[in-house]
Amino acid sequence: MISRYRGNRQAISALVRETEVHRDLYLDQELFELEMEHLFANTWIYVGHDSQVPKVGDYYATTIGAQPVIMVRDTPDSVKVLYNRCPHKGTRLTGDTCGNVGRFFRCPYHAWTFRLDGSLAAVPLKSGYDNTGFAESHGARGMTPVRHVHNYRGFVFGKLSDVGPGFDEFFGEALSSIDNMVDRSPAGKLEVAGGVLRYRHACNWKMLVDNLTDTCHPMIAHQSSAGTTVDVWKSAPAGARKPMAVEIYAPFASPYEFFQTMGIRIWDNGHGHTGVSHSIHSDYSAVPGYLDQMKAAYGEERAKAILGENRHNTVYFPNVTVKGPIQLLRLFKPVAANKTLVESWAFRLVGAPDMLLERTVMYNRLVNAPTSIVGHDDLEVYERAQAGLASNGNEWVNIQRLYAADEPEQRNVVTDGTSEGQMRNQFRAWTKFMTMGA
Amino acid sequence: MAVVPTDQQLIDFVVRESRLLDQQRLDDWLDLFTEDGHYWMPVEWGQADPRLTTSLMYEDKLLLKIRVDRLKGKATYSQSPKSRCHHMLQAPQVDERDDGEGRYVTWTPMHYVESRADEQTLYAAWVTHHLTTVDGALKIRLKRVDLINCDAALGSIQLFV
Repeated sequence: MISRYRGNRQAISALVRETEVHRDLYLDQELFELEMEHLFANTWIYVGHDSQVPKVGDYYATTIGAQPVIMVRDTPDSVKVLYNRCPHKGTRLTGDTCGNVGRFFRCPYHAWTFRLDGSLAAVPLKSGYDNTGFAESHGARGMTPVRHVHNYRGFVFGKLSDVGPGFDEFFGEALSSIDNMVDRSPAGKLEVAGGVLRYRHACNWKMLVDNLTDTCHPMIAHQSSAGTTVDVWKSAPAGARKPMAVEIYAPFASPYEFFQTMGIRIWDNGHGHTGVSHSIHSDYSAVPGYLDQMKAAYGEERAKAILGENRHNTVYFPNVTVKGPIQLLRLFKPVAANKTLVESWAFRLVGAPDMLLERTVMYNRLVNAPTSIVGHDDLEVYERAQAGLASNGNEWVNIQRLYAADEPEQRNVVTDGTSEGQMRNQFRAWTKFMTMGA
Repeated sequence: MAVVPTDQQLIDFVVRESRLLDQQRLDDWLDLFTEDGHYWMPVEWGQADPRLTTSLMYEDKLLLKIRVDRLKGKATYSQSPKSRCHHMLQAPQVDERDDGEGRYVTWTPMHYVESRADEQTLYAAWVTHHLTTVDGALKIRLKRVDLINCDAALGSIQLFV
């Protein structure tokens, strides 16, 4: 097949217009591969949380874009990210997703061993490499480290290429959502807890990211789950205490006005969040004892400020979102142009009552599981869009809602909560990092 | 039915439960649960705790009713077209019985097929029923479904295993 986009920056840029994007962003496999080479190399991609590897030698195997990598605790105070292949024959060095390798990685094929920073420790029958110039080979360099790694309050990000901005410049003000999630722990600390949910989606990864700040869909696509919940709860006995599950489901059926007035904050480089003034997480019942713990840790004013933030979804462009008020992180792992693996991770607020983790894991299974009645309708519309975009009747996806001609120049603004401005922000960032240094 | 069920009555109950699901007689199926009954599908192998570890499903009767009512609704886009399901049971075994307390546990390996439009997916599971009697009728206190690949990246499971 003739390459349409490789080496053609102009053709890539032409796919994103101010108020519409071309369907090839969702359908074209060559473009997907270019995303892996450029977008997922020039930006900071979430790898994992350092609480997943608490002890020296602990590892967690995952991906950055299409690249298999290992996050490993190499010293008590540091975490490394290494490409997951033996420099000898290419064998992936880990079998299990997580575990502890002791002091060395050991390849199961020929027992080459590597220190936890990836450097080559030993090769059996080493004399066979005498006088071969082995020391100058790729093999002798050991496991290749990811070039740029940053641990921000436990959240580990990696950037594969030297192109693209540094960590602080890339995220800027957007880090305030991670700050809020961590600050919600009286100890100022999070731990991955409560299991992970993994859900296969037959759609492009960007459909999920687009949807995370799409506030005009819940009252439509989730009428079947949230609306039914509201209806069923109406027949509850008078005075019955509203269960946690109803508190979680019902707000998805809120009217347009609720979402209009919540606001969306838009940051540079594709980052942004819904729920500036309030969100679907604002009205959960108080957890006994928690506010007192927070006041003791931070003082009353600061504690109330931390808990007063109820941001809905924060997009860390390109492919991770967090929900600070309920300590959830969703990672959209690109697999192919039409395949995405969604992972939903829960966190424990260290020092806080267990009931908060109970709510986090309940929210996760009610909304993000492959068995979720909310997730079912989301996936249905993504897959129908993936199929419908094949139509030659129209090659463009519309992202025009509440567009203003001066918005590309604006920085750190808050818009109407039903704006598609954050989606436009993501696509501007898409063009920027797809064509950067290429 | 006698107040003390025979092993065969326990087995027949488990078989009938699957039949109601296959025939999508979901209101009748819901009536099989006690008022405080739960349906649990763990996400971790050998998972012991449904509260502080998430699950694929851990639903009380209210959540199950929401699920059943949603499947009947007109705005349920993920059920247009509708899914169908098929349970293939190995003979249930009675693992525990306590007639004094009215507590019974059965074990049933099964294959479960869910289909929608052109797609069909096969799951394998072990199902543990914790049963009791209420006013002489057998009821489900807990139905636990352990998928063989509970921790795999799964696609949508829309009906009930």
